[in-house]
Amino acid sequence: MNDQIYTGKNLDLLDIELQLLLEAIHLKYGYDFRNYSKAHVKRRILHKFNMSSMENITQMQERLLWDKRYFAELINELSINVTEMFRDPAFYKSFRENVVPVLKTYAFIKVWHAGCATGEEVYSLAILLKEEGLLERAQIYATDFNRNVLEVAKQGIYSNDNFSQYSRNYKSAGGKGEFSDYFTSRYGSVMMDKSLTKKVVFADHNLVTDSVFAEVNLIICRNVMIYFNRELQNKVVGLFYKSLSSSGYLCLGTKESLRFGEHEQLFQAVDPKYRIYKKRII
Amino acid sequence: MYKAIVIGTSYGGLEAIKAIIPKLPKDFPLALLIVLHIGDNDNTTFINLLNDSSEILIKEAEEKESIKPGIVYFAPPNYHLLVEKDETISLSTEPKVNFSRPSIDVLFESASWVYRDQLIGIVMSGANSDGADGLKLIKANGGTTIVENPCSSYAPTMPRAALKSTKPDYRLKLEAIKDQLMKLAGYNI
Ligand SMILES: C[S@@+](CC[C@H](N)C(=O)[O-])C[C@H]1O[C@@H](n2cnc3c(N)ncnc32)[C@H](O)[C@@H]1O
Repeated sequence: MNDQIYTGKNLDLLDIELQLLLEAIHLKYGYDFRNYSKAHVKRRILHKFNMSSMENITQMQERLLWDKRYFAELINELSINVTEMFRDPAFYKSFRENVVPVLKTYAFIKVWHAGCATGEEVYSLAILLKEEGLLERAQIYATDFNRNVLEVAKQGIYSNDNFSQYSRNYKSAGGKGEFSDYFTSRYGSVMMDKSLTKKVVFADHNLVTDSVFAEVNLIICRNVMIYFNRELQNKVVGLFYKSLSSSGYLCLGTKESLRFGEHEQLFQAVDPKYRIYKKRII
Repeated sequence: MYKAIVIGTSYGGLEAIKAIIPKLPKDFPLALLIVLHIGDNDNTTFINLLNDSSEILIKEAEEKESIKPGIVYFAPPNYHLLVEKDETISLSTEPKVNFSRPSIDVLFESASWVYRDQLIGIVMSGANSDGADGLKLIKANGGTTIVENPCSSYAPTMPRAALKSTKPDYRLKLEAIKDQLMKLAGYNI
């Protein structure tokens, strides 16, 4: 690759090529990245481009249109799948304090993890619900638009590299037992306890192009909409609003907020710091 | 006329930043975006401290907010900070770059795409080589580049790496950076 091709005047050309590329992806494969954060998309596409021997993004577009497997690689590049067990422990702690007591008054709870990536968040919440005696009453949907990560999530097998960090996260999240009770560890891999996902359905769902998934009491969508532009964020929050039962909860990532969106009035903050919201009754 | 300044620094960065920000006037006409590597720590304490000793407003960058002149935006710990074409902020949890999140290169690159020759990039004290590629790109896109003189900087690795990738417009001692910024911003000093 020529790392100086996209500088100076060629930056405008790059924007044209990127727009055409996203259009091509949408027309050919139905995935719509046109309203994702432009800076993010540009970074990811250039990252892929810089590792190739292609001369420009237009060549990438040609390859993509004719080669389905290449598109699958690009999806992996565009969907940031970074996740953790009990990521932002303080969020889980707040969830225990502010949401769990209300959930305990329900006979049945439906939960939707939107953009669950490789599933660490799903296992984390399942552990929390189990400790609070709520898992048996729950039906959990865990969705993502990237089938590769869903496969990993279903398997529930992870490398144990990060598990000492996760164990600390679990404790700071208010974990009531021993984190090691929830998995078995062998040859550098960790296998999550299968009983945690008894109530989980993993499914392919695209927040941009698919419609309401199910009526649920709780939606957890963390660090997904951060990659969307404002217009798309508004659309997806609207979708969440429709999917939530009355007084349902919406949990976002720690640095995401409804403050700049048009749906702010539709939700009431339960814990603004940790981005826990509740659907307003209007 | 310049629109923004991006600054990257890690080890020794707090001191470096203290030598610049508190000395800028309230009506400073450029926006400042800063990546300071501080690990997973919450940065509210030092943002508050800095605000107490500065005339211009200092805050943590928030997702989707508009970038305004005369405001200093810090990348939140554990998130990359990016600039969008409409001059708003994006945050990202993509993997670490140069073992860092936030990464200086990620900020510099996206800011350079947007501000091009209206951008000033500064690399200061630090113990890794994050920022070197980003600074090179800023220069290639017509922006102005400043590197803190490694001989007098607290941790010279980062400025050295930047000097290796880029021949900067200015190579300055820490004490001289603020005056240079004032000049570039149009003040008579
Ligand atoms: C950074 S991960 C967040 C994982 C987890 N929620 C967490 O906070 O740790 C973002 C996930 O969103 C998914 N995603 C991105 N766009 C999506 C879309 N349009 N529909 C569904 N999932 C999407 C990606 O595939 C990725 O797995």
